Amino acid sequence: MPAEIKELVLADATTSLAEYEATGGYEQLARARAMTPAEVTDVLLESQLRGRGGAFFATGRKWSFVPSKEQIPKPHYLVVNADESEPGSFKDNEILSRVPHRFLEGCLITAHAVDSKGVFVYIRGEYSGPYEVLKAALDEVMKRADLIGDVDIVLHRGAGAYICGEETALIESLEGKRGQPRSKPPFPAISGVYGSPTVVNNVETMATVPPILAIGGEAYAKLGVEDSRGTRVVSVSGHVVNGGNYEIEPGIPLRDLIYAEHLGGGVPDGRRLKAVIPGGSSTVILTGDEIDVGYDFDSLSKLHTAMGSAGVICLDERVCMVQLGVRVSEFYEHESCGKCTPCREGTRWMTAILRRLEAGDATRRELDLLLDVCDRINGKCLCPLGETAAMAVASYVAKFREEFVAHIDQAGCPFGDSSPLDHVLAPVAMHALVPAVEVGA
Amino acid sequence: MTALYDAIQAERAKYPEGSRSAVLPALRLAQDEHGWLSPDVMREVADALEVTPAFVASIATFYDQFNTEPVGEHLVEVCTNVSCALYGAQQVLESFESDLDCHAGETSADGKVTLRTIECLGGCGWGTIVAVDHRYHLYVKPEDTAAIVEELRAG
Repeated sequence: MPAEIKELVLADATTSLAEYEATGGYEQLARARAMTPAEVTDVLLESQLRGRGGAFFATGRKWSFVPSKEQIPKPHYLVVNADESEPGSFKDNEILSRVPHRFLEGCLITAHAVDSKGVFVYIRGEYSGPYEVLKAALDEVMKRADLIGDVDIVLHRGAGAYICGEETALIESLEGKRGQPRSKPPFPAISGVYGSPTVVNNVETMATVPPILAIGGEAYAKLGVEDSRGTRVVSVSGHVVNGGNYEIEPGIPLRDLIYAEHLGGGVPDGRRLKAVIPGGSSTVILTGDEIDVGYDFDSLSKLHTAMGSAGVICLDERVCMVQLGVRVSEFYEHESCGKCTPCREGTRWMTAILRRLEAGDATRRELDLLLDVCDRINGKCLCPLGETAAMAVASYVAKFREEFVAHIDQAGCPFGDSSPLDHVLAPVAMHALVPAVEVGA
Repeated sequence: MTALYDAIQAERAKYPEGSRSAVLPALRLAQDEHGWLSPDVMREVADALEVTPAFVASIATFYDQFNTEPVGEHLVEVCTNVSCALYGAQQVLESFESDLDCHAGETSADGKVTLRTIECLGGCGWGTIVAVDHRYHLYVKPEDTAAIVEELRAG
């Protein structure tokens, strides 16, 4: 398959309603409203679209789980997850900024498909720029009764919490609580926000709905490869010449995403590619020798990793893998919501052991202890936060064990300050620096 | 009643009656007005939402963007997550520390600028990302920090 850019979501970028309509914008909304909700859902089922937030659940199936209003006589809600916070992923930022009307059209079509009059877009608090673009676009749409109909769209801004990207934590936060995940079941489709049937979909998923209706479910399902149909906006960052978002058909070689001139453009300064994080910092790492793999669900699953939220982070030969472990672990420690003990305590212990390893203070037993701590987080929490941190860090040890051992044997970091991740100040460490308030002073 | 009270009631009207959904927008409005969420400000928000101050405090302390201690007039937040760090975010941070003569987590002596590190801002391909009063600056290099600081001090 050629590694070409194929834009359905990012095509004809405009923030203006008039310009969007001039290229056929909102025509699919009118078409969808002329169909029954079940007919719209059928198109999505036929398209084989899977959610673009990271969990890759079939979108049409998710919609079909919503019970009828006879079964559960409560309002239905559509909640859009625009809390993009996964390190390495910045695609939703670009989608909201460049094609806000395609996104809004997708929301309105989805609201029709799941019989909802209430839409909440939960957008991360840091995204001031995308929020303003989206707000301006929504203001235009609200003035047009033929577009907004009787649907109410509320833009709800978060306030800085990675965990709110997890759908039940997002719902808790939307309800005005601390963003801590709920126990499932019940799943949001049965009891989500305000105890009502709720569909939670990602920004890119929403922006993909109008093009699917435009070209038809069957045509969309011919793009990409088995189990990874259509297009995907991939965020490429780190040690590449052209960091950016590229919409491609899944299945193209990961090597091309990184090295093709019109995509990543290769590693700067002719350096060797050491490792690639393929789907955001919570995914299992690949070595530089493992990039001759299709960038799709099945191919990456065979290497025990995932597309996740499609954030490809490239690391060149200078990067110390223990330092990477420290920084990734610090992130998850900081963002753990504190609800489940294995995650709250485990991520703290992971960071502590990794820092000792990096400083050259750790023994071989502590390396085993690190893996033991990882193992004791896996599968023991309500949400995947701690588990993904543990799996990611364990994969650095599995694939670069000799580097971890070298830190122990040499009683210090073999890379020293030549690695770009040397002594990077993470927020969790910054907070530790701030002196405690003296009582009674 | 104050303008803040009225603005909070407008936020409450967007959500189903009896829900507490307006707490995040209310705290954002309060912080925009006062700069930080002192116990008195949290009490004002609690009264407007008809909830207890303890509930408001439990929310304000959970989310990173809420300041529960005084901050400077301006906020500089340097992303030091993996991708930005690979581009040299630590050197950018140290350059700000030197320009402002304070450490990350502190406010400059003139009270003008609070400097912080922050987790992934979602601009990984365009790093180092620095949010200056919540506006993203892309591709920031150590040599760019002096001009940013100068502008903030002048403003």
